[in-house]
Amino acid sequence: MFERTKATLVATLAAIFVASRFSSHIGPYYYDIILSIGINIILAVSLNLVNGYTGQFSLGHAGFMSVGAYAAACFTTFGLPVLAFLKPLGSFLSVSIFFGLALFLGGLAAGLAGLLVGIPSLRLKGDYLAIVTLGFGEIIKVVIENVDVLGRSRGFSVAAAYTNLFWVYAMAALTIYVVLNLVNSTYGRGFLTIRDDEIAAEAMGINTTKYKVLAFCLAAAFAGIAGGLYAHDKQFIYPDGFNFLESINIVTMVILGGMGSTWGVVLSASLLTILPVWLRSIADKPEIPHWLTPLLSNLTIPYSLLLILLMLTRPQGLFGGIALKRKKA
Amino acid sequence: MIYFLQQLINGLSLGAIYALIALGYTMVYGVLRFINFAHGDVFMIGAFAGLYIAPLVMKYSNGGPSWPGAFVVLVAAMAICAILGIVIEKLAYRPLRNRPRLTVLITAIGVSLFLENFGQYAFGVDPQYFPSLINNHSIAIPASFGLLSHLRIKVSQVLIFAVTMFLLLFLRFIVTKTKLGMAMRALSVNPVATSLMGVNNDVVISFTFGLGSALAGAAGILISIQQPSVDPLMGLQPGIKAFVAAVLGGIGNIPGAALGGVLLGVIETLFVAYSDQLHISSGYRDAVAFFLLIIILLFKPTGLLGRVEREKV
Amino acid sequence: MSDPEPLLDLRDVTVQFGGLKAVSGFNFSIRHGELAGLIGPNGAGKTTIFNIITGVYRPTGGSVLFEGKAVAGKKPYLITKRGIARTFQNIRLFASMSVFDNVRAAFNMHLRHGISHALWRGKGFRAEETRIASEAGELLDIFHLGKHRDVPCTTLCYGDQRRLEIVRALATRPKLILLDEPAAGMNPTEKTELMELIRFVQEKFQIAVLLVEHDMRVVMGICQRIVVLDYGIKIAEGCASEIKTNQAVIRAYLGVDETEAAGPT
Repeated sequence: MFERTKATLVATLAAIFVASRFSSHIGPYYYDIILSIGINIILAVSLNLVNGYTGQFSLGHAGFMSVGAYAAACFTTFGLPVLAFLKPLGSFLSVSIFFGLALFLGGLAAGLAGLLVGIPSLRLKGDYLAIVTLGFGEIIKVVIENVDVLGRSRGFSVAAAYTNLFWVYAMAALTIYVVLNLVNSTYGRGFLTIRDDEIAAEAMGINTTKYKVLAFCLAAAFAGIAGGLYAHDKQFIYPDGFNFLESINIVTMVILGGMGSTWGVVLSASLLTILPVWLRSIADKPEIPHWLTPLLSNLTIPYSLLLILLMLTRPQGLFGGIALKRKKA
Repeated sequence: MIYFLQQLINGLSLGAIYALIALGYTMVYGVLRFINFAHGDVFMIGAFAGLYIAPLVMKYSNGGPSWPGAFVVLVAAMAICAILGIVIEKLAYRPLRNRPRLTVLITAIGVSLFLENFGQYAFGVDPQYFPSLINNHSIAIPASFGLLSHLRIKVSQVLIFAVTMFLLLFLRFIVTKTKLGMAMRALSVNPVATSLMGVNNDVVISFTFGLGSALAGAAGILISIQQPSVDPLMGLQPGIKAFVAAVLGGIGNIPGAALGGVLLGVIETLFVAYSDQLHISSGYRDAVAFFLLIIILLFKPTGLLGRVEREKV
Repeated sequence: MSDPEPLLDLRDVTVQFGGLKAVSGFNFSIRHGELAGLIGPNGAGKTTIFNIITGVYRPTGGSVLFEGKAVAGKKPYLITKRGIARTFQNIRLFASMSVFDNVRAAFNMHLRHGISHALWRGKGFRAEETRIASEAGELLDIFHLGKHRDVPCTTLCYGDQRRLEIVRALATRPKLILLDEPAAGMNPTEKTELMELIRFVQEKFQIAVLLVEHDMRVVMGICQRIVVLDYGIKIAEGCASEIKTNQAVIRAYLGVDETEAAGPT
């Protein structure tokens, strides 16, 4: 039961590698969508660890994505000597190691940010934690907007488009592997206890603060990797692209998928990436009435209604089997 | 010194706006233990209500500013916002009364997003010019006041201050001297016991929402008189900041919200005014509120005037 | 068998909430393997004492010593690590998890293989997981919950849920277990079964038990020593027969007879 996970991961990575070899056959339009799906999977699965499994409500995930994006972008832009140093290994290996380092640094920076944010915030509950994480996301945005080197609000251009199918889906597979393996162990059950009843968890010897901070940092690190991938795909990043609304998007994916179901979240992340693209593509078609078009091209209105409807009718999402407790009288 | 006093006055006026919005947050939290994320957007709707009603009212004053006209617009906007708040509560929050708080919080976020984006869809994304409801000149302070005569106080600032004070006193009267107010206070302590005393909780909660939203609507009109540019996203920043103010003063505590609002307004204004001397860019102005939030949550999470609530084990 | 030095020692413990003194100058100790009871009218401060011992509240005065070392004011999980486990007045199971997982989660504090092992899944990790699974299974079987292993714990009947809470607490391998009103909501047959269960736990696992309970039959039936609390003050201590006839205890529970209070005419 336990042994197969590593083998499965290796096999999956190999399959992704093979698939990526054929990526040139995919048209650029679909290629872009496929990459976005992968990046959103990383973001949603990692956030699910915090919001879904550990029951802490983080509203600042996009902030950590931006930390990783900028850190990785800075490394590939200002760290070119490292690439030069690696050149003797041949072009494929040197670029791979270089980009791998960039992603690693992005994840590390974001993880550290997660630690800085998590330690003071995680003693707060529910609504307060949500607001504070939102606040930190805003602070990160404001800081970037005031730093010249990072391009302020004008944005930062990334020269090299290192991101490809392999990197995105390899990282996605890794994220899923880490989260699933972690949660499905005795150690990982600790996260769930915090979601269910923090006081009882403490009484059973579980250091709830440590678990919460750990989940937070791990999730932030993966968000950072997603950010690094994003930066080297779009080749242009700017602070407002990582704002509160982006965090809400990711939260919506987690909720729709069912908090606490990794595969459910994978599905919902894919769905919520494809859906806007599809709706936008039909928005301009002649059959669509005139007043509907702006609603379809800028999806935030249907999105917000979706959120409300979801909470009213099916708060456990598509796959969340958790019975949400009724408040005690 | 004059500079400081001037900034203090500006800060008080900004703080009054924050206070009005913060009161809505704190009242709803006190009664329902939930942060109404959409509150800042009700403030925006108030401003837009004013935008559309003002031309109709100003027809009677030949298109010019008039105090009675301003009064009518203010009251009308407050009424519209009150109704909006009650409707939102009934449709989106009441069905979720017994669900975990996080569910309602997410719904509130959804309502907020909906209001903002529907606003953009219906009113257009670009900022619009709010008509001059009053003659907003600077008040001339006689030279006999010495140094103070150099202060620049605008009519709008006095108006904001006066209206806020009045509304605060009015609110205090309702909360302490009326049965509905007492029911509100009882609800915030123990909802079950309150309903057992024959109080219709739903009515009290609707009333609370209506009252808080009306105050936000008033804030929307007042700010539009002072800064006549309105756009559908104008509720975002003030909304979050007013929430911080409510937490600063102690969420659930009405005087606390007023105190927090004023404090935040003053601190933020002073920060911008003295940011050069502190060698910090004034671009960090919006982060000041969040910074304060983090500090207060770290050191005194119950706020300046709040009480500790223990969970029974 | 009983050690001269007490396992748990509360000295002069005072707990004040604002103006209210929930507990004043409370002195009490439990020896290794002893079964003790804490009783008193409602609001006497019994659960507060529990919460002091387990670290949920911090005493405003006095000290709490466990195996000679101070634990007052420490975080709850650290106190559990020292060897004190508890159940709750209102059942606090991990609602989203199965019966098995509830017990398994309590093995967390004894884990030797942490996060990196969970990810790498080497031999040591697998061995420990298997060991935990079998230990948890054994515990469940002892308490006749084995057949419910994989069902969500919320589907269990009330009595089984209470038992599961005890099993979960035992999984932390405590030296002292605190039971907060374990008989609440049970019928007489279930209460008799509970009494046997508690005695069984005490003997088989060689641990001390501190019981807070309202049902006198249960308390008098199994407790070796009983302490009585009223308005936060200890008013009596002794074995069952002593407590049953103690005037102060009777007064606290039943009130004062009016003719007595008026004095001789």
